[in-house]
Amino acid sequence: MQRLDYTIILDIVEKNSKVLDLGCGDGELLRLLEKKEGVEGVGIENDEQMIYSCVKKDVTVEHADIDKGLHDFPDKFFDYVIINFTLQETKKPSKVINEALRVGKHVIVSFPNFAYYKVRLFLGLKGKTPSTEALPYRWDESPNLHYFTIKDFLEFCSTEGIKKERFTGFTGKHEVKFLPNLFAEKAIFLLTK
Amino acid sequence: MNDDKIEVPKNSPNGTVETRFFDFNNFVLENGDILPQIRIAYETYGKLNEKKDNGVLLCHALSGDAHVAGISKETGKLGWWEFMIGPGRAFDTNKYFIICSNVLGGCRGSTGPSTGDPRKNAPYGAEFPDITIKDMVNVQVKLVEGLGINKLFCVSGGSMGGMQVIEWAYSYPDRVVTAIPIATTFRHSAQQIAFNEVGRIAIMSDPDWNNGNYYSGKKPENGLAIARMIGHITYMSDDSMEEKFGRRTRQAVKGAKKLNTGFEVESYLRYQGEAFVKRFDANSYISITKAIDFYDAGNNQDLIKHFYNTNIKFLVISYSHDWIYPPYQSKEIVKVLKFAQADVTYCDISKSYGHDAFLIPHEEQGVLIGHFLDNNYQKYLNRAKA
Repeated sequence: MQRLDYTIILDIVEKNSKVLDLGCGDGELLRLLEKKEGVEGVGIENDEQMIYSCVKKDVTVEHADIDKGLHDFPDKFFDYVIINFTLQETKKPSKVINEALRVGKHVIVSFPNFAYYKVRLFLGLKGKTPSTEALPYRWDESPNLHYFTIKDFLEFCSTEGIKKERFTGFTGKHEVKFLPNLFAEKAIFLLTK
Repeated sequence: MNDDKIEVPKNSPNGTVETRFFDFNNFVLENGDILPQIRIAYETYGKLNEKKDNGVLLCHALSGDAHVAGISKETGKLGWWEFMIGPGRAFDTNKYFIICSNVLGGCRGSTGPSTGDPRKNAPYGAEFPDITIKDMVNVQVKLVEGLGINKLFCVSGGSMGGMQVIEWAYSYPDRVVTAIPIATTFRHSAQQIAFNEVGRIAIMSDPDWNNGNYYSGKKPENGLAIARMIGHITYMSDDSMEEKFGRRTRQAVKGAKKLNTGFEVESYLRYQGEAFVKRFDANSYISITKAIDFYDAGNNQDLIKHFYNTNIKFLVISYSHDWIYPPYQSKEIVKVLKFAQADVTYCDISKSYGHDAFLIPHEEQGVLIGHFLDNNYQKYLNRAKA
């Protein structure tokens, strides 16, 4: 079964769109998106091994570090810029988001919600670094540099003047509509500026 | 390309290959000079299909030649990119028709300073006209046309070969479907020119240089060997030299005088120099390095305009430890192509070897190029059908 985040993103991205995937990993999402009529995708990925997977999947990809900026793209060049579970691994998330909003008409951001109740239990009750499906790494091995919540992100967007066009909280295979900051393990935002 | 004494298996899926020749007359160079007779040495692998749309041109670097794969009928040696070419390999001879030719100005069968000037019945020598990367490409165009090919499915090569790839894409965009420039640049930096210049001065300082007219007597072999040694140092990296030689000395000369301590790296360089002078001409070395140094694809703004919305698909490859054609030069190519809204994929392959990495057997380059070509060939065939 297809990952729910992919399903949601495939639903958001319209036909005949230009898409940039920041931290595109093995290129699977771009491969799926390009099956949609007229969608043209390009990825940026910093992990060399992932570049080989992308090329195998016929995904156009640039081996580069998104923390260094997106200077090579003009303003509003893409219809969508996707930052799918990558933002928490960047050094400067606000710079990455603002660059994404500069080169893209819309930005799709997803991240693990650090206020998910299981995460709270790990910290609050067990007194341990959370280890969940969305945060699977041991504390010393995690590539994540930032931990934030849906509430944090909403506050960030309002301070930065970023408009929220759509929001989906979800966990496993289901959307979470009730108290998402508590019950959604992951979140996807569609943003514009 | 180097002359390493590696014990190579004397068999190749590409079998024994014979260098062939393509001749034509009155070639006009970029500077207006005319070469009355041109001979180009080339080899081919695989079969040209009926539609003649599966041609792949591989462009060699400074010291390379037409013998890119298989066992040479002439020398018994394996080709310089053997591991990349053959059935099931990246440049798959089951699918593609591979062509490689010795560049204009070279000394491995093609017209160059050491070949005869028909106007005076002697080698051109120092009178060989100044050639450019574009001249090399224009000669390749004639060869490709001569083979009946209108459009190449791919042009690829590293270093100077990569400059030719860029020039093909620039000057003949309708004749190229995919382009794979490797470890190359739009233009040489001062550092790159500097190393080439030291090589040229080494040659011209040789007592046997005789202003390039040495063909009837002793050749400037010491100078050429030094040029080659300097070149070789720039093709390796600190890491790869440490790995390959470290401070190891050769057993045979232990106890010899300090001046002749015989570090392995020394005998390696000497061997490379000596082997090189047997197969390379000093005038060609000067001619070709000049062409490389003067090459400038254009300023970035013009390049963006020129490549704007190009249909060519690019795969740009650099090597992490290449300090003479550093990854930033490949990134600049990628940047320009992105601004031009071209379809460009880029990978910086992490290897401890330096510039020579693309010539040393390893898996990653083949995997990237193999998949890139496979996918694009499928699409190209489908498009042709539609």
